[in-house]
Amino acid sequence: MTKDECKQVVLDIIADIAPDEDLSNVKPDVRLRDQLQLDSMDFLDIVMELRKRHGIEVPEAEYPKLASLDSCAEYLTPKFDAKG
Amino acid sequence: MNTRSHYDVAILGAGMSGLAAGIRLAHFGKKVCIFERHNAVGGLNGFYSMGGRKFDVGLHAMTNFVRPGVKGTPLTKLLRQLRITRDEFALCEQKQSRVAFGPQGETSLRFTNDFAVLESDVARLFPAQIDGFRQLVAAVKTYDDVGLDTKPASAREIVRRHLSDPLLEDMLFCPLMYYGSATEHDMEFGQFVIMFKALFLEGFARPFDGVRVILRVLLEKYRAAGGERRMKCGVKQIIGREGRARALVLDDGSEITADHVISSIGAPETEQLIAPAATAATPLAPGRLSFVETITILNRQPAEWGWGEDTIVFFNDSPRFDYACPDGAVDARSGVICLPNNFDFGPGQTLPEGIVRVTCLANNTRWAPLPEETYRAEKARWFTAVQSSARRFLPPLANPAAYDQAVLTTDMFTPRTITRYTGHAGGAIYGAPVKHRQGRTALANVYLCGTDQGFLGIVGAMLSGISMANYHVLKSA
Repeated sequence: MTKDECKQVVLDIIADIAPDEDLSNVKPDVRLRDQLQLDSMDFLDIVMELRKRHGIEVPEAEYPKLASLDSCAEYLTPKFDAKG
Repeated sequence: MNTRSHYDVAILGAGMSGLAAGIRLAHFGKKVCIFERHNAVGGLNGFYSMGGRKFDVGLHAMTNFVRPGVKGTPLTKLLRQLRITRDEFALCEQKQSRVAFGPQGETSLRFTNDFAVLESDVARLFPAQIDGFRQLVAAVKTYDDVGLDTKPASAREIVRRHLSDPLLEDMLFCPLMYYGSATEHDMEFGQFVIMFKALFLEGFARPFDGVRVILRVLLEKYRAAGGERRMKCGVKQIIGREGRARALVLDDGSEITADHVISSIGAPETEQLIAPAATAATPLAPGRLSFVETITILNRQPAEWGWGEDTIVFFNDSPRFDYACPDGAVDARSGVICLPNNFDFGPGQTLPEGIVRVTCLANNTRWAPLPEETYRAEKARWFTAVQSSARRFLPPLANPAAYDQAVLTTDMFTPRTITRYTGHAGGAIYGAPVKHRQGRTALANVYLCGTDQGFLGIVGAMLSGISMANYHVLKSA
């Protein structure tokens, strides 16, 4: 999986859990929380959807790695690749 | 179809909170079953059919209404967490509501879904209080009302730091107490904040067809996510061992097991199911606040009587507003009038019949022991008393006889009805005065949601189910 594909996976999840957010101009290097109205409940849902849809586990201590799209891609792409 | 005997999560009660918890858990793959003793869903916010009509109970309006695009409020959180779109609830906004105080409602504060209306009425009627009112609003807006471990404080005390006029103080407390307070005379400040936002800073709306639309959406989400439910099948015992629930005994005597149990039936009611009973602690006290509600169905729209403006009117005729369990069967000095026809349903959309609902405080101990015949006679007597009290706070009828002729049917619930259909001890709609924010009980894997967890109102109830499912089950997985 490329990093861009990984970012799209995350964006698809956000689109489903927060359909009222405009995702057309999300900046990959800016914290998601700073450009979208996402609270801790929404981040829990991103983690839960990653597990449900893709079997990817994100331990609570590593939630900060999901801060921006870039950091998501950095952190999640190897996890996707490891699953093959 | 219901053959499983072990679940990841068992939920007690198919009200708003139990359904919301169930949706979250089923969506994320948990095996969930909701056990409901009654034959209908909804709990304290349900509906029933009588003579070919559907009557809503509980919900007058959905609180916490915000228009599309307003983010970070309870309604938005709720819709996101349950994957519900705004279109599915199709909420229609209120026209206006009022708090009317004085023997004939002489002092009247209007509020709508636009906060500026209330603010300008306060400025007009209480000019000396408006600065304090604005400070109070600022304090409400900055308070962390969803924290699960904030310290309780008296709302009366905090409000008095900002307002010196007891009339304005009482007029602000009246709707907030009527729409959710389980404590008499005062509220915990966090609960005051939740309700102040829900009613005044946000607002009222309802689907055209009322509460059943909300329940239908919740049930459909729950079913689609794979959740099970067993109706007419309550839980009569929770068998505890070594501090955990080991099994649940159902009304039919069969047993099931679950890793987690979420109970929406109330804190004292849940405690009473646990066997063997806890020994050391004093038993939890049920609430004392109960209500009667009268429903009048008319073959005309309330607007035809000049009652077309008000959606909900909170009234009180006495020098001080007395939110407490009355000594007599009913306290008709204060109450809530709801005219469901007066939501803005859109052009050409009106409910087929006129509906007038009036709610007043009532004393369960005066109703519970009555023999059937006396009970019916008391209902009839209080029905009339409640109507004439409420009538003082609506525009006067030009022709009262014509109004009486327009009545198609009436009904009335009492504390007894509430106990019978919801199982809430003492008919206490808002549960016990002591809330359990973290939902903990004597058993480590049994959690509370709903009324006694303490997020108030109908949106609060659903958020309670969501929060407890997240906090105790999903997050710890």
